[in-house]
Amino acid sequence: MEEKMPDHLFVGKSIPRTIETDKVTGKAVYIDDLKRPGMLYGKILYSKHAHAKIKSIDTSKAEKLEGVRAVLTGRDIPDVRVGFLKDQTVLKRDVVRQFKDEVAAVAAIRPEIAAEAIDLIKVEYEKLPGVFDPFEAMKQGSPLVHEVDARGRPIKSNILPLPWKFEVGDIEQARKDSAYISKDTVSTTWVNQCCMGTSGCIAEFDQNNNLTLYDQTNVIFGHIGRITEYFSQIGLRGKKIRVVNPVVGGSFGTKLDTDIYEFIAIQLALKTRKPVKILFDREEEFQALPPRQPAVFTIEQGCDKEGILTFRYCEAVLDNGSYTSWGATTPSVMIMPMSSLYRVPNVYFKATCVYTNNIYAQAMRGYGNPQATFAVETSMDTLAEEAGIDPAEFRLINRNRSGDDTPMKLRITSCGLEECITAVKEKLNWDDKKGKQKGRGVGMASLIHVAGGARVTKSDGHGMMIKLDEYGHVDVIESGTDQGQGSPTVISQIVAEALGVRPEDIFLTFGDTALALWDAGTHASRHTFMAGNAAIGACAKAKRQILEMAVEQMPKIIKGGFKRKKRKDPEFVEPDLDFGLIANPEDLDIRDRMIFPKKDPDHPYFKLPLTQILQNGLHVGTGQSKVVMAEEFYDPPTEMLNWEMKGNLSMTYAFGTCGVEVGVDEQTGEVKILKLVSAHDVGKAMNPTLLLGQIYGAAYTGVGYALTEEIKVRNGRVMNPSFRDYQMLTAMDVVPIEPVVIEPIDEAGPYGAKGVGEPGLVPTAPAIANAVYDAIGIRITDLPITPEKILTALKERKV
Amino acid sequence: MKKVSVSFTLNGDSVKAEVPATWTLLKTLREYFELTGAKEGCGVGECGACTVIMDGEAINSCLCPIPEVEGRSVTTIEGLADEDGSLHPLQDAFLKNNGVQCGFCTSGMIMSSKALLDQNPDPTEDDIRTTIAGNFCRCTGYVQIVESVEMAAKEGK
Repeated sequence: MEEKMPDHLFVGKSIPRTIETDKVTGKAVYIDDLKRPGMLYGKILYSKHAHAKIKSIDTSKAEKLEGVRAVLTGRDIPDVRVGFLKDQTVLKRDVVRQFKDEVAAVAAIRPEIAAEAIDLIKVEYEKLPGVFDPFEAMKQGSPLVHEVDARGRPIKSNILPLPWKFEVGDIEQARKDSAYISKDTVSTTWVNQCCMGTSGCIAEFDQNNNLTLYDQTNVIFGHIGRITEYFSQIGLRGKKIRVVNPVVGGSFGTKLDTDIYEFIAIQLALKTRKPVKILFDREEEFQALPPRQPAVFTIEQGCDKEGILTFRYCEAVLDNGSYTSWGATTPSVMIMPMSSLYRVPNVYFKATCVYTNNIYAQAMRGYGNPQATFAVETSMDTLAEEAGIDPAEFRLINRNRSGDDTPMKLRITSCGLEECITAVKEKLNWDDKKGKQKGRGVGMASLIHVAGGARVTKSDGHGMMIKLDEYGHVDVIESGTDQGQGSPTVISQIVAEALGVRPEDIFLTFGDTALALWDAGTHASRHTFMAGNAAIGACAKAKRQILEMAVEQMPKIIKGGFKRKKRKDPEFVEPDLDFGLIANPEDLDIRDRMIFPKKDPDHPYFKLPLTQILQNGLHVGTGQSKVVMAEEFYDPPTEMLNWEMKGNLSMTYAFGTCGVEVGVDEQTGEVKILKLVSAHDVGKAMNPTLLLGQIYGAAYTGVGYALTEEIKVRNGRVMNPSFRDYQMLTAMDVVPIEPVVIEPIDEAGPYGAKGVGEPGLVPTAPAIANAVYDAIGIRITDLPITPEKILTALKERKV
Repeated sequence: MKKVSVSFTLNGDSVKAEVPATWTLLKTLREYFELTGAKEGCGVGECGACTVIMDGEAINSCLCPIPEVEGRSVTTIEGLADEDGSLHPLQDAFLKNNGVQCGFCTSGMIMSSKALLDQNPDPTEDDIRTTIAGNFCRCTGYVQIVESVEMAAKEGK
């Protein structure tokens, strides 16, 4: 693809984010800023216990408060089950199973009144025994979190009916054939996505009960599917649902599912016949937003004498919390690094999700991959040590290569992993530093991730519509969500390039289901890849229409010009032109707003402005007038995972390596990142400056994941629901990041690009853990690696 | 609810607000003046998304009771671009250098940085990082924000 288009005007250039100027002037309208006429404010009352029976709810005082328009409990709305496993209801009637459980909701004319009304609701509970550890919860006789399943059948165990299992080859034989084996247990914790804009939505019904939901979701059509299903059970079957994104203040996975607060806003809007906004405050965001899924892994790997991996065996236990959202499906992504990060012929992976009375989890940047890669890359280091091989060398020996088919049946088309590992080695002076200095150390970890879509639903399509007006403005109706990743700029670069106009001619509309074609969602690092390919397809069609128009209009325009000249100047002699140069659409091209013949791009007569053709094509006369409008629905030839969890679910895969040098203070236990090299195989850097933003941001979140971030949950309760107590990195936490961009142009990608949104985060934590081990000889296997854990481990070593 | 009448200068204009005495400057800006550029990211002065400049100092407007604004001069993100629409060098630099991603922290980030550049036109990286220590961002890892402020400082010279 690259050879065919050698000199790009816009793709590959660091075009500024001018298209998002509203974000630097305060004009961008987020859900916080959006108001609808007559809008009410909704507020939710949450459970006071991790597990209890609701004996009674008294809403009488709340109802009497002036300004309150509705008070709802589980008794006031249909008791319909929602969620991935249909294991919860919108407002809980009889039993609460976590502190986050929604017990009642209020709509009022002002947010303060809604909050006051919530305080006036009296709920009487009867406490039930809770279970807060997944291993305890699996034991016989442990309190059951749920009594019955979605069909009302009694449940006998807290283990979810989601038996995630992947198996290839013969582990027993491979174990026997191995020269070296290592076994580790590692664990990761709950992490809040910490979007700066908290969760919120506005639900609004028209008189005919059609719903418009202003919502931050990054899966606008997924929302429609889930709400349609809900509607069919509450008497609103067949009603139209429109989901509209305001400007989204960060997503990082939080907006993948339809959350309970969204159903509550819908119920309050139905009841009051007014638009209802629910907007979380920060404390609520920490307590009621499902975070990243925690997990415990026991991983065993073996290799032969040469260091070639023989097998990988891993069992994972996931604390599912009380209900099931996407967190319980993260093992489907964990299978990818488990089976396909490095070449490994025999693989066994099993994940067990267990109900507890803790908060439940969903998606966050990486979707299970950061957790699983922490396990795999910890094991890569311990096995390398067992085998007496340098960990970087060990990774190079086992690296993935272009042309590989992995045990999961992923087809590795392009792979820059060798370059990434090598770059990290060089930039860190690996050979000089590894194992050389007490208190200082280097470590590395790599990653594989989907980078060419992810067929997790039967369609992995992405639609795009493009229309041009006669002034050369290009409207692009995007079916994805702009959540801050830079897509408005990147897509405008692609459209400008493919259509032959300039980025400033492009006007994008994101996130409106009434306008857009379908899209599987702005998730799985798929947007640039999918939307880019859709844009190229739509632009090719639009361009064809323009050039057909040009073939009709150009001769008329040119001959008309000669006629006028002759009228003014009778001496004028018409030049002898070869109109054959512009006789067919194939002979013409558009570049930088001009249409010209390919064979003579600077022809003195045949090079005309695009707008002139568009205007002449539109204002042409009765019955012949034309407009330009094209669409493309790009659905790549990928596969859903089959029952064995195998299939090539993405068109291409991203690889990368993170290398870090740390200093560990043995007095304080503090880990300081002295250098972090983040090397990524990105296919093609569409906008180098924006690409770096993804790498920096992801690496930073990864450092937080490794060292500081943890939602502290004690007996089901979130103990640190504020930025003061939840330690996200600030600008004072200087992480010297050196990005390395590897560009093995990918055949399937738009101009060769791969997705890059999630990869930067994935290998950061294990790279740091490995570096800490190199520095002090202690392996912290439980994230985050806090000073307390390091000091405790140092103390234990002394004893 | 008891209302107060507060007169102050807002983005160069003399204004008067009559709002409940318990309101903060942030609430007054967002709800009375409908200037929604300053954001509530936490409401308790931890995240800096609500940062505005009052008499030359960057403050968390979510912590500032409205009576305290009497007679003061307040600048918000909406008051930064010229009347002809041309952007302040900081706004321009944030767009050029990817200092903005989701944008939710951006208003506060730019206002903190403006207060710094007004007092110290040639800040070091450390000065910049100290200045925005109270402005949280989840998207960027701060690198390109710091670079954007450095770029704007150079531009301003």
